[in-house]
Amino acid sequence: MAKIQGWCAGLLLVFCAQAQALDAGLVGRLMTGDSDEKSQAITELVVSGDPAVAPLLQAFADGDLQASGSRALITSGGRIVDAVTAEVLPALPDDHEDLVVNNRMRRELADALAVLKLLSTERADRLSAARTLVNGADDAMLPLVKKALAAEQDSEIRGLLEGVAASMEIRTGDTAQRMAAIIKLGEAGGSNAKKLLLPLTVKNADGTWAEPDGDLRAAAASSLRSIESRLAWGERVGLVFAGLSLGSILLIAALGLAITYGLMGVINMAHGELMMIGAYATYVVQSLFRTHLPAWFDWYPLLAVPVAFVTAALVGMLLERLVIRFLYGRPLETLLATWGISLMLIQCVRSLFGAQNVQVENPAFMSGGVALMSNLVLPWNRIIIIGFALVVLGAVSLTLTRTRLGLFVRGVTQNRTMASCVGVATARIDTWAFGLGSGIAGLAGCGLSQIGNVGPELGQGYIVDSFMVVVLGGVGQLAGTVYAALGLGFANKLLEAWSGAVLAKIAVLVFIIVFIQRRPQGLFALKGRSLDA
Amino acid sequence: MNIHAAPSLVNRIYGPRAWLALAIFALIVFVVFPVANLVLPASSPFHLSAYWVALAGKIMCYAIVALAMDLIWGYAGILSLGHGLFFALGGYAMGMYLMRQIGREGQYKSDLPDFMVFLDWKTLPWTWWNSDQFWWAALLVVAVPGLLAFVFGWFAFRSRIRGVYFSIITQALTYAAMLLFFRNETGFGGNNGFTDFKRILGFDITAPQTRMALFMVTGVALIASLLVGRYIVTSKAGRVLQAIRDAEARVMFCGYDTRHYKLFVWTFSAVLCGIAGALYVPQVGIINPGEMSPANSIEIAIWVAVGGRGTLVGAVVGAFLVNGAKSFFTQAFPEYWLYVLGLAFILVTLYLPDGVVGLLARWRSRFRSGSAVKPAATVKAEGDTA
Amino acid sequence: MSEALINASAAETFTEGDRADADFGHVLGQGLDASHGVVLYVEGVSVSFDGFRALNDLSLSIDMGELRCVIGPNGAGKTTMMDVITGRTRPDAGRVFFGQTIDLTRLNESQIAQAGIGRKFQKPTIFEQLSVFENLELAMKADKVVRNTLFSRLSSEQGDRIAAMLEQIRLVTDAGRLAGELSHGQKQWLEIGMLLMQEPRLLLLDEPVAGMSDEETERTAELFLSLAGRHSLVVVEHDMAFIGTIARKVTVLHEGSVLAEGSLAEVQNDQRVIEVYLGR
Repeated sequence: MAKIQGWCAGLLLVFCAQAQALDAGLVGRLMTGDSDEKSQAITELVVSGDPAVAPLLQAFADGDLQASGSRALITSGGRIVDAVTAEVLPALPDDHEDLVVNNRMRRELADALAVLKLLSTERADRLSAARTLVNGADDAMLPLVKKALAAEQDSEIRGLLEGVAASMEIRTGDTAQRMAAIIKLGEAGGSNAKKLLLPLTVKNADGTWAEPDGDLRAAAASSLRSIESRLAWGERVGLVFAGLSLGSILLIAALGLAITYGLMGVINMAHGELMMIGAYATYVVQSLFRTHLPAWFDWYPLLAVPVAFVTAALVGMLLERLVIRFLYGRPLETLLATWGISLMLIQCVRSLFGAQNVQVENPAFMSGGVALMSNLVLPWNRIIIIGFALVVLGAVSLTLTRTRLGLFVRGVTQNRTMASCVGVATARIDTWAFGLGSGIAGLAGCGLSQIGNVGPELGQGYIVDSFMVVVLGGVGQLAGTVYAALGLGFANKLLEAWSGAVLAKIAVLVFIIVFIQRRPQGLFALKGRSLDA
Repeated sequence: MNIHAAPSLVNRIYGPRAWLALAIFALIVFVVFPVANLVLPASSPFHLSAYWVALAGKIMCYAIVALAMDLIWGYAGILSLGHGLFFALGGYAMGMYLMRQIGREGQYKSDLPDFMVFLDWKTLPWTWWNSDQFWWAALLVVAVPGLLAFVFGWFAFRSRIRGVYFSIITQALTYAAMLLFFRNETGFGGNNGFTDFKRILGFDITAPQTRMALFMVTGVALIASLLVGRYIVTSKAGRVLQAIRDAEARVMFCGYDTRHYKLFVWTFSAVLCGIAGALYVPQVGIINPGEMSPANSIEIAIWVAVGGRGTLVGAVVGAFLVNGAKSFFTQAFPEYWLYVLGLAFILVTLYLPDGVVGLLARWRSRFRSGSAVKPAATVKAEGDTA
Repeated sequence: MSEALINASAAETFTEGDRADADFGHVLGQGLDASHGVVLYVEGVSVSFDGFRALNDLSLSIDMGELRCVIGPNGAGKTTMMDVITGRTRPDAGRVFFGQTIDLTRLNESQIAQAGIGRKFQKPTIFEQLSVFENLELAMKADKVVRNTLFSRLSSEQGDRIAAMLEQIRLVTDAGRLAGELSHGQKQWLEIGMLLMQEPRLLLLDEPVAGMSDEETERTAELFLSLAGRHSLVVVEHDMAFIGTIARKVTVLHEGSVLAEGSLAEVQNDQRVIEVYLGR
């Protein structure tokens, strides 16, 4: 919003200096006409190419336009300016009244302003203007769009504008222009273009073709086909991305469990709550940045990631020392005790932060997304989470294979007695290993805070899923965990497209239940010699 | 030493003290409660309000569930985290009948349950076939949880899924079922489940007499479950179950097909839960998919653990203790209840592996002989020496 | 700490091989046909775990009433051999027959036990939370279907048999105690007693005297010698002194197959056996 006002003020300065007069008649119709007349006036004002149009329309859209008799007064920017004469008034006259904007006007004003903005020098402004226009614009704007197109250098904006121009020409141009537009839409259009092309290929109620020209009809049909196949591709790629995204979330949620459960054999039902703690740690860091370092706000994840890790790791180590270590070798009791811990952690967070969800705002670089196709936008936060999951995975596997802690953890989990005989402090290793697993849960929470709600029950939603991932992947297997997480993510999203979210989830759970019956050792467990019961 | 001779059935199930305790319990349920609730006027200091009858009835249902859990967990060593599912299925089976009993007195004055009218359904789905018949509802109460448990157990025990794996899988099962029942399309009222019941077997469900009858039927069910459970665990099959808990491989190499034993007690336990659920719904007046949430099922385990595993009576005691505390705290200090419950989970597993009953038994034996005897031994001895 | 891991790996060994045949079923009606005087045939059995060959074309036969000792260094496949015979592990190849007719590779553990094979584990495995008496009662040869155990009552004849066994394993005064409270040696004896209550034709004993006092070991040797003849016994032991007192025929396993077979003196003088035990 601040940006728009700044842009507006800039224009005001530039244009006021030139002090060109607007057509008073048009402005009058804009103020007093009925909706159709107003709409007509807007179009004509834009087409007139007068630079004073933009501040006028912007003020109108923002509700900063006042009528005083037949004069239109722009009140934005703290000054009162006559829109036609550019005369600056000291105060509002007594007879001033607000000009009310209805929804239709608001939409048309937005389009008109977008057309005007196409000539802005800021790339971001032009891009957002072009995106607004893709959703439909008044055909009368075509010359302006073409003018902008001629001047435009940026390929992304050009692509969008070509689509906009084509969608106008397809209705208004001569046969050659329409043919070109149809072909153009076929090459680049999305679902909007589909809407434009469809009427050309159908019959009227009386059996005649809606589009009398057979060549155009054929071209429209073939354009439609190529759009449809492109849209289908977009959907497929979108599905794959959704699967990848869910898979990465499951992976990051399950990685910590792969250590505490997979390697150490501790059933930690409070794992989800450790994730929740990581998410709340992120929230606290974010809030501190907002209040104390607003200028550095976008950098808060750099601090939030280690804070989330350390907080969750400390809580985890404390739990290991106080409760879990007394229950080694009694998995069912561990399960119950850690469930109790999870209840207490939930209540604790509720007492500290309230039972409501808290708002964790993405840093600027994580909002928005990459528009791969007309119907496919990949959100940045999801892309970054995928990358984050990969980084965490890499760090975990490096820790386990390349560090002394990793060596000790593997040694202790494989042969406790032997490890303690060769001088490994097994009890301390247990604590550190559990801390590591918990810290990774904290990282998962930090990641989740960027894509979903953060509330005291955050962890409860992931506990069943993350255990499913570990069980499916096979105990003690990082590779298994990765494949299981991705597999479950994809399976869930594919089924979701076919049967809806809830049924997909149920189907996946049932599949796992059946699968475990066939292979209780999971996907990737090693066979071993039998052990006496 | 008289351990070689087989005791008579009555002596085998309980010693004279335990029978006496059971008789006192029956007296409270079948005489004290009805008199205090129905006969005494509301002004009397001994009058028992409908609230207490409803609460005690609800907890008795939970006690049956706890008994069922103790059979499978305390004796066979199999921790189910999905018993809430069987409880809810029994409840839903009864709920369907109660919904049909509403007749045309619902908001929409339709033959169909209100939620179906709301969803614009024209006919009952096939799952509701015969649901206006009480005998059919009673059959479903037993058959649906029993059949599901049997099929699930057949495959799970056949694949030798044990320990924590089994627990996690049962949790996934109840979670999946909860998601399924949350859907409106499943045909069981979605989120809201069933409520606003009017009648059962033609009697007004809100009338004090009906409520007392339901309460007493629950009491009968609880005592019967306790006795049948006790019969099972004192039989040779019961000892096989405990042996499976201790050393399953040895049981197999003794020539017992452990899968059959586990399947038997698992299915029986599920059926008990179904019956408890069916008694619970008319007394509480609502059933919804929340009953299937994994958290509910885990809570059942803590009832048993608090009371004392592998004693049956401990399960009942635990159900009363925990749920009594729950209704006290959620009214008086709602924000502290989760701390209390969470702490109960932790402290019981760390310091009270035999629960309250085990603790009492230990104190009693110390008081008697001055020497500490393993609580499991004392508890068992009660049954044997009688 | 990692019972979960143990459970998991136990579960995995259980599911090896084809389990389709090992369905919920009852034990075969036919009895043991030992008409050729051989109670157990093991023929060309191989088992591998992830590339590691635990058994490699193992062949072995045990005669009726024989007492056979099996020795071999660690990892020679002794325990895996027992796992295969008792149905715990399915062989990748080979045949295992009990008598002439019972194909053990088609039965599960409980069916094999019912057919008449008893097994003692390396670590004494008894029901610690049950009394000694109840341990023996459960092991006793009887109908072991759920329905019958639910309604069965101990007959006086069965009570006598348990009493006799208590006498034999010298646990009469401990009959009412929890098995978990017994000493290690007593647990070993209780497990042997449980095995005998099953009235098996073939006993597989994995290190039966481990952890026993000298006196207990001596008594165990006496017991085994008295059992031989009526039962067939396969004893896996490391204790060479013990083997010396009971052995008639000794089989040496090495890397999953039979290295040597004969009297104790013969195998002790066998050059290859010496190499295996002493290293090259």
